[in-house]
Amino acid sequence: MRHAASLRIGPIGFRIGSDWRGPVAAVRALYSDYPQPDDDIPDFNVHLFAARPWRRVLRPSVQIGGDFVIPDAAPLPLAQGLLAAEMGMNLQMALGQRRYLLLHAATAEREGRAILMTGISGAGKSTLAALLMARGWRLMGDEFALVDPATGRVHAFPRLVSLKNEGIAVAEAALPQARFGPRLEGTPKGAIRHLVPDARAIAAMAEPADPALILFPRFGFEVAERPVLPSETFVRLTQASTNYTALGERGFESLTRLVRDVPARAIDYPDAQTALAHIERIWSVL
Amino acid sequence: MRHDGRLLAAALRDPGSTAALDFAGWTALLAIARAEQLLGTLAHRLEGLPIPEAVRRILADARASAEQGRVVALWEAEMARRALAPSGMPVMLLKGTAFVAAGLSAGRGRQIGDLDILVPRDRIDEAETALIAAGWEWVKPDPYDDAYYRRWMHELPPLIHRERDRMIDVHHTILPLTARITPDAAAMLADARPLANGLRIPSPEDLLCHAAAHLFADGDLAGGMRNLWDIHCLLDEFDGSGFAERLEARARLHGLEAEMARALRLRAALYTGERSRLVGADRLYLRRLTARDGWGRQIRKATRLGFYIRSHWLRMPPHLLARHLWTKFRKGHSPG
Repeated sequence: MRHAASLRIGPIGFRIGSDWRGPVAAVRALYSDYPQPDDDIPDFNVHLFAARPWRRVLRPSVQIGGDFVIPDAAPLPLAQGLLAAEMGMNLQMALGQRRYLLLHAATAEREGRAILMTGISGAGKSTLAALLMARGWRLMGDEFALVDPATGRVHAFPRLVSLKNEGIAVAEAALPQARFGPRLEGTPKGAIRHLVPDARAIAAMAEPADPALILFPRFGFEVAERPVLPSETFVRLTQASTNYTALGERGFESLTRLVRDVPARAIDYPDAQTALAHIERIWSVL
Repeated sequence: MRHDGRLLAAALRDPGSTAALDFAGWTALLAIARAEQLLGTLAHRLEGLPIPEAVRRILADARASAEQGRVVALWEAEMARRALAPSGMPVMLLKGTAFVAAGLSAGRGRQIGDLDILVPRDRIDEAETALIAAGWEWVKPDPYDDAYYRRWMHELPPLIHRERDRMIDVHHTILPLTARITPDAAAMLADARPLANGLRIPSPEDLLCHAAAHLFADGDLAGGMRNLWDIHCLLDEFDGSGFAERLEARARLHGLEAEMARALRLRAALYTGERSRLVGADRLYLRRLTARDGWGRQIRKATRLGFYIRSHWLRMPPHLLARHLWTKFRKGHSPG
């Protein structure tokens, strides 16, 4: 491919190739503090390419491919090339990851213990992860929690935090010194702005943590909290995992251990500040 | 070295040769192996060799993944066995599932997609009814595709199990009914070897005949490096006194002499390192088989298009081909 960049996020190495300079330049700029893949050999490849040769220049649109692809993935306009690269990396993880049990969850760590927040799109995972980072937690990731089947520990995957719609202004206000990417309007998920994890999150991204709390947040309701039984947690986490089935027995054992050992709560919240106060309260009595 | 499928062939043929790879070479090798669905196979070939730590991790994942795939494939075969057992009809496993069920070296690390089985042609309706009663359902919603399969193909339209989400291809013949070559499926069933659970696998000679037919008389050689690797492993495993002669005779019975001869030549060229005598279009075939770049992407578009057209030419007489391609074109299909 004409342009390429390599980087490592947590334990996973990526190589991103592109027909255009723009997406690779954007990735290089925002991931400038990230290391190279171990041994310079990436785990996954991402391809950003023009579906037809002339679409490189004429109404350029970015097709997302790689080692693993969804056949019908829709292309993005070139202005959203950074988003295409992010989606490409997430896709390789979702479809190809076999070393770790992958949970669609935002993760943050304090004193070696991690909180896992999972829920549907719009539940506020990314925003809450950014705000926990602003309050001194170590950000481990806003998209995937990587559970090691051998140890039960959670590995970090601190890619760029993908803030959406109302979450953008909330995070901008809480993190005035942080580095942000360009604001992308009109993406398939509305407005998106990427936030670069802080230096601590990047420096410590090779350090796993012990899972201590599973949280199912829900945005847009009066504040409420309830404990979640292991049976319900198990089912919800199988749905939040893209590779639970593919891992077979290892996946089952990882998930049962997690559900058995880690308490789970569901919280509803009307705004981020309320949620954060609530999370701190639950955390303090664990 | 320019990175294409030959990089992967060299690593499979001579695992020690990977010692000379730099990180760019390793990156290309892994991408190509993954694209050709040979990463698990490569992992087994490189086992125990000194390799970079990052590669070791990736290959360990590939091995674990292939092992899980093996378990799932055997379970799917067992589910089909239970569905078809009451009918008493003979059921023969084909391709990857047959290799792992028989513990053949071709199955080591092999990625297995669908379950392929062969049943007697005159009992195909019975098989279909039994499978549907056991939870399999239609995949092809398009009536043209469905009718096309039923009228012209060597298999039922693909079925998928509604709970396990696994596909089954039920064959009654080896090649499409319209193909110019007509291997003797009844002879394959008659000479099949029984497994302990009552399922059957083809005889050694027929395993190779089926692989050669599948590779060179059907399809456009996509995934051909893996199919040729199957052939290489089978030949290695069954090599012995008189096998070559028996294989030749069997290929003649099925009308597959030319395909088998080509398989032997190309296998030698890619996987044994013998100085093989390539004839006719062999070089074009090698060009097609190894058409990958260092990112694992398909290259050599003209060559691939040529083989795509050839695949239809082999399958159908010209008037049927023209009608089929026209219908597909109107539906927006492109050869990719």
